[in-house]
Amino acid sequence: MQWVNVIIQGVLIGGLYAMFAAGLALIFGVMRLVNIAHGDLIVLAAYVSLMTTDALGLNPLTTIIIVAPIMAGIGYALQRLLLNRTLGDDLLPPLLVTFGLSVIIQNGLLELFTADSRRLTAGAIEVASFPLGETVWIGVLPLVQFVAAVAVIGGLQILFYRTAFGRAFRATSDDPSVAQLMGLDNQHVFALAMALSLAVIAVAGVLLAIRANFDPAIGPARLIFGFEAVIIGGLGSMWGTLAGGIVLGVSQAIGAHLDPGWQVLAGHLAFLLILAVRPQGLFPKVQG
Amino acid sequence: MSRAFHIEHGSRSSLIGTAALAIALLALIAAPAFAGRDDLRLMSEIFTYIALASLWNLLAGYAGLVSVGQQAYVGLGGYVLFAATILAGMHPLAAVPLAGVIAAAIALPVAGLMFRLRGHYFAIGTWVVAEVFRLVASQISVLGGGSGISLPATIVTSMAASRQMREFAIYWAALLLLVVVLGAMALLLRSRYGLALTAIRDNELAARSAGVDVWRVKLAIYIAVALGTAMIGALIFLQRLRISPETAFSVNDWTAYVIFITVIGGIGRIEGPIIGTLVFFLLRRTFADLGSLYLLMLGAVAIAVMLLAPKGIWGFLAGRFGWQLLPLERRLRFGADARTN
Repeated sequence: MQWVNVIIQGVLIGGLYAMFAAGLALIFGVMRLVNIAHGDLIVLAAYVSLMTTDALGLNPLTTIIIVAPIMAGIGYALQRLLLNRTLGDDLLPPLLVTFGLSVIIQNGLLELFTADSRRLTAGAIEVASFPLGETVWIGVLPLVQFVAAVAVIGGLQILFYRTAFGRAFRATSDDPSVAQLMGLDNQHVFALAMALSLAVIAVAGVLLAIRANFDPAIGPARLIFGFEAVIIGGLGSMWGTLAGGIVLGVSQAIGAHLDPGWQVLAGHLAFLLILAVRPQGLFPKVQG
Repeated sequence: MSRAFHIEHGSRSSLIGTAALAIALLALIAAPAFAGRDDLRLMSEIFTYIALASLWNLLAGYAGLVSVGQQAYVGLGGYVLFAATILAGMHPLAAVPLAGVIAAAIALPVAGLMFRLRGHYFAIGTWVVAEVFRLVASQISVLGGGSGISLPATIVTSMAASRQMREFAIYWAALLLLVVVLGAMALLLRSRYGLALTAIRDNELAARSAGVDVWRVKLAIYIAVALGTAMIGALIFLQRLRISPETAFSVNDWTAYVIFITVIGGIGRIEGPIIGTLVFFLLRRTFADLGSLYLLMLGAVAIAVMLLAPKGIWGFLAGRFGWQLLPLERRLRFGADARTN
């Protein structure tokens, strides 16, 4: 029964990783940009939530309605003013600029908030749990996170395939120049995609900050978890990122159960194993 | 038989540049005779950064393999040195090349996995590998686990009896490594593989259609760079006398600085990392007290350079004045032209 608990914990934390992954996959899908600052932006969202909680005395969960628009605005501006200039055939500029951005955000947060570990407190929900069967207990907060992840990914899926918004994203992704000929403003579409990505990040960042301690240095590891979930799940598939997040979460939970020092390592090894035996990921949508 | 044309590598600036480098090298070899201890330490640090940045430049600037995980090989090199000396009783300086060989052997399967990741995702994949190395290192308890380990005094003194001679030895080893790295790079770039590499840098698709086996060239470069990076890593930690997973696999020290140095100096040019490192150390001397703000500023400068002058300081100078430090360019001279020269 212990193992059932371990796996359930892993699945639930996998939802959070899927949200990290969804933001990453979204912008890669639309503009072939890999944002190395992704993890640091998740941490930035956590700090924005912290400031909002401190200033307004809100419950951290409700700060999502404030943090998400702020992050979306940052995303739009970032893409419009900076990242759009780096897009093109050359891989180097976007990678190096987002890498620089990652270093800037990390050290900016370090200056403003010091290296101290912080945490958002959400009250009773943090420790609430209910039994499932005889020995298995499910935490309410992890469950909320998982449901939120499913909702976010389902929402993105609908947005992508059922709305005019999504059509614009897909068109620009398929062929930017033809999309432009059809009257789409690519610069604007890209900026909207980044705004959406950072809104997803905002939800993930707040949920992360309620669940665990955070400090300015934890961003890169979140980027890596999101990236691993994307590759495990398979490129180009939103539900694939959820599967990828779950595989990663379960691997980490199993590793942690065997030895606390193996938690993160077990996730990395699962990723490398998938890369070795099934490089296209579990549920690839685009071939080749 | 006179040919209608020939290829010329040198120019007047490369003649001056090569002569200046030769004189500088002689001065640097003799430096322990007149430079102070702190100066020697600083200079070895500068040498190691030029070498690390040159190797990253070869990888990212020429072969198009943008890695943000080269700290994997710096740390691996350091750990191999500590393991070989502490556990197997090897001479520290002999362990430096061993570190390179082991890193090259490990880089082969790593490349096999990482090359499955396209373009951008390759970058993050290399970071995962570095994290795996770091986590594995912190599990090895005979090498101090997560808290690290110091090099025992007996091993330190086995290198040379006096402290001064040890410092000289490390200084010369750093200089030698730098000369080997730059020399090998210059020879490589002048060879036909260098031509293939430059073609890949300029346009991978065109290089492929001209018959360059892009995959094999990239693999060879990745392994060679791992070899060099690990040797430098071994030397860095031999100088520090202490290693821990956090310092050995530090993304700031071994990747962020190296990337900023290369971008600011000029990516895709052999001179870039040299200029970049000098700028980096000048800035550090001026702004070191700022701590994390210094890193923030460096990131901002690198972004500005990438957007406004993507070829960096040396790229700007070379484009404007046609300078080159080493005779690496290829200029086609036709018969009549060649006679008048």
